[in-house]
Amino acid sequence: MLNYLNQGYTIRITEIDEQFMCRPQEMLLAGMVRLGKRGIPIGCRSGGCGVCKVQVQQGEYATGKMSRAHVSEQEEQAGFVLACRCQPKTDLVITVVGQMRKATHA
Amino acid sequence: MSMTGVLRPGHVQIRVLDMEASLTHYVERMGLLETDRDDQGRVYLKGWDEHDWFSVVLRPADTPGMDFTAFKVDSVETLNRLEQGLKDFGCEVKRIPAGDLNHCGERVSFVSPMGHTFELFAQKDTIGNGLGNVNPHPWREDLKGMKVHRFDHCLLYGDDLDGAVKLFTEVLGFQQTEKVVVGPGGSVQIASFLTCGMKAHDLALIRHEEKGKLHHVSFLLRSWEEVLHAADIMGRYKIPIDIGPTRHGITRGRTVYFFDPSGNRNETFCDSYDWYPDHPEITWTEDELGGAIFYHDQQLNERFLNVVT
Repeated sequence: MLNYLNQGYTIRITEIDEQFMCRPQEMLLAGMVRLGKRGIPIGCRSGGCGVCKVQVQQGEYATGKMSRAHVSEQEEQAGFVLACRCQPKTDLVITVVGQMRKATHA
Repeated sequence: MSMTGVLRPGHVQIRVLDMEASLTHYVERMGLLETDRDDQGRVYLKGWDEHDWFSVVLRPADTPGMDFTAFKVDSVETLNRLEQGLKDFGCEVKRIPAGDLNHCGERVSFVSPMGHTFELFAQKDTIGNGLGNVNPHPWREDLKGMKVHRFDHCLLYGDDLDGAVKLFTEVLGFQQTEKVVVGPGGSVQIASFLTCGMKAHDLALIRHEEKGKLHHVSFLLRSWEEVLHAADIMGRYKIPIDIGPTRHGITRGRTVYFFDPSGNRNETFCDSYDWYPDHPEITWTEDELGGAIFYHDQQLNERFLNVVT
């Protein structure tokens, strides 16, 4: 059944070689959660806790409100983003950098 | 009157990233009522069954978390006495003039050993619970969403738990109802549940490496059915649930945790027990910590324990 759900942008997580499809208009983290995939730690899903912080290596995206305690303006310009507030506009390649990274990469 | 000194939690000021989304969350979904706004852009809210003008203040900011939480005391004399006690304890204390928060009298602000800013106040204007005080109906018919009854307590994370427990019990007259201990012979306390009245907790504190963090702001419901209804609202409006509905061993609360649009954790819960000052303190040990926190599945949950704002 899951094979029929693969519509949208391909999100590839480097290091762990996981990928999933994110629908247009959907936040990156929400896409992963919807498909039951793993790789990005799941926190508040509201831009506040910083757990799902990633760096986008390739691709275009839009962002929503994020806590400045976790993504500075400088970082934002360098492609750091909270996955729960990142809306892909193309296929993306990302690296997970959040504080609970060990939990899913162990 | 048997309750004296510090009476109850009075208010909490929460930082939010997006005020419009936050008002949808706290007013339309949770059922708090908006009672005022000020020229700093802050919005004042209360639970329907609270009589004072506000209990939750939302402040627009670029980071989430808690600015401060406050307790109401029984008189100006108590406020003055406790202010001196806080100074003697070594706290950084300051007076905030009446009117700094709309409808609120003078506040005594202090920083606890865990890094949180707390306040005490003796006076706040009354707005009432909308039912009147003569021949009142028992319920309101104009409530929205989860229909939370009141702001109930905060759970806060910070480093010097021992210092904070000492401050609240020895200076402010709180009692510790329950505690969690770990390590050899239970030598390290990692959690404290404190009451200033007849509830199982008016404040909860947990040991954490960083100072001044917020784990959750909690709101009272009156039945398990209301907790399940709150979870239905979360499903309907895609509010991210953290965990639950479930039960805690600690305090016996039946609960569901979720996040506001800035990532601040909220709780809606019901049930507990009545606390009297002659009751024994309850201890939870490391080997039973799973069930102490989540009584149904008896498992610790990393997100619940580690995600804070």
